Amino acid sequence: MSYNWNWGIFWQPAPDGTGVYFGWLISGLGWTLATALMAWVIALSLGSAVGTLRTTPVAWVVRLGNAYVEVFRNVPLLVQMFLWYFVLPELLPKALGDAMKQMVPPWASFWPAVLCLGFYTSARVSEQVRAGIQSLPSGQRMAGTALGLTLPQAYRFVLLPQAFRIILPPLTSEFMNIIKNSAVALTIGLMELTARARSMQEFSFQVFEAFTAATVIYILVTLIVVFGMRWVEKRVAVPGLISAAGAPQAGH
Amino acid sequence: MFSGFDFDVIERSLPYLFREGMTFTLTLTAMAMTGGIVFGTLLAMARLSSAALFNVPAATYVNLMRSVPLVLVIFWFYFLVPWIGGWVFHKIYLLNPQGIGSVLVQLFGNAVKDGQTIQVGAFWSSVITFTLFEAAYYAEIMRAGIQSIARGQVSAGQALGLNYWQNMGHIVLPQAFRNMLPVLLTQTIILFQDTSLVYVLSITDFLGAAAKIAQRDGRLVEMYLFVAVVYFVVSYTLSYGVKHLQQRIAIIR
Repeated sequence: MSYNWNWGIFWQPAPDGTGVYFGWLISGLGWTLATALMAWVIALSLGSAVGTLRTTPVAWVVRLGNAYVEVFRNVPLLVQMFLWYFVLPELLPKALGDAMKQMVPPWASFWPAVLCLGFYTSARVSEQVRAGIQSLPSGQRMAGTALGLTLPQAYRFVLLPQAFRIILPPLTSEFMNIIKNSAVALTIGLMELTARARSMQEFSFQVFEAFTAATVIYILVTLIVVFGMRWVEKRVAVPGLISAAGAPQAGH
Repeated sequence: MFSGFDFDVIERSLPYLFREGMTFTLTLTAMAMTGGIVFGTLLAMARLSSAALFNVPAATYVNLMRSVPLVLVIFWFYFLVPWIGGWVFHKIYLLNPQGIGSVLVQLFGNAVKDGQTIQVGAFWSSVITFTLFEAAYYAEIMRAGIQSIARGQVSAGQALGLNYWQNMGHIVLPQAFRNMLPVLLTQTIILFQDTSLVYVLSITDFLGAAAKIAQRDGRLVEMYLFVAVVYFVVSYTLSYGVKHLQQRIAIIR
């Protein structure tokens, strides 16, 4: 039993004739980041909106928001991925469904993956936003309205600016989750980083080199995000406003 | 909207889905939870130790696992376990060919004798993967739990003459487990959902069983909707229970 190490494999031509294996991994990284960033736009905007609505005094809006979160949190991401990719086109009107199915290869799996990750993460973001707003003393909202602000103004100028500063660290980990979770998109055929490492392993038989490279790339991305967000946290910190240390949370 | 769909396929495949698929999913969840909490607690203790020999490897392990996608970890272990297992069992065999070595040969075949890669099987491969992966997440929860215990408790234990393991086993860990029980259970619900990712190894878990039927009968819509509903009902019920437990524990404290 001896494994034939060959670290030079990355600079050997890949079987699709477009370049070397290293180029495969880099293109995979590109798709991973593109998917994660596009999905993050959906997740952050939708999640902020839902999370904010869940703290309003209107009971039915709160219930609706809670239901939204429960639906996206209690179904595995992989199953949701299948629902967006296989099931949604069948349930839509025929013309629209056919249009979804007839997209050109990378886009046919890219857009469902983006929508899936975006909605899935939006539920998690909305939990953080809700927790952030509710961690503020209720006097903040009262002081805002006592000064003559309307409720939307109180949110816009008093509550949300503080809440978002408090939840920056958990939002950072949600962003890293979205990068990691984008690997699930390989099941619907998106050639992102993990899928590239897997097909490199299949073609070259260099299992451990391929997975080591992918692992190292994921770690580098994580490090860049962590240090970038630390910088952002320092930039936006308000002197005197101490951010509460978050309670431990389950995650993946 | 659902005309032309055949929901009968679900009823026909129920025995297969639950007897084969759900059994696998639940067994894997239970084993990975048990192993993950045990190994995770040890990791948390190592990480909180003041000796660099323990806290550096533990922190490296936890941070490494937490920065890599689960799908990639599943692939890693699927290929790694046969190599490492073969190597370790071969060394054990060489040390003691008659006793434990012969047991290993019976279990894993002549590969152990010759030092070849061994066949572990999809089930054990995924149990090992999920145990080691989830341990990193359980470790972070247990670390927070141990840190939530007042220093005075530890000092009191030491003053009574308890050694490290007695102190941990009788004073710190019981309280830490109790404080963290809701979070540990929430993590287990996530683990239950995450086990669906063994799909990438073509294993017949609940989702895998449904996918096989769906592709065989061309009934993707019906099967995947059914799978989503089942996962939702199970996870929602469990998390509802955890919420109640959390309130009860909160009152007692």
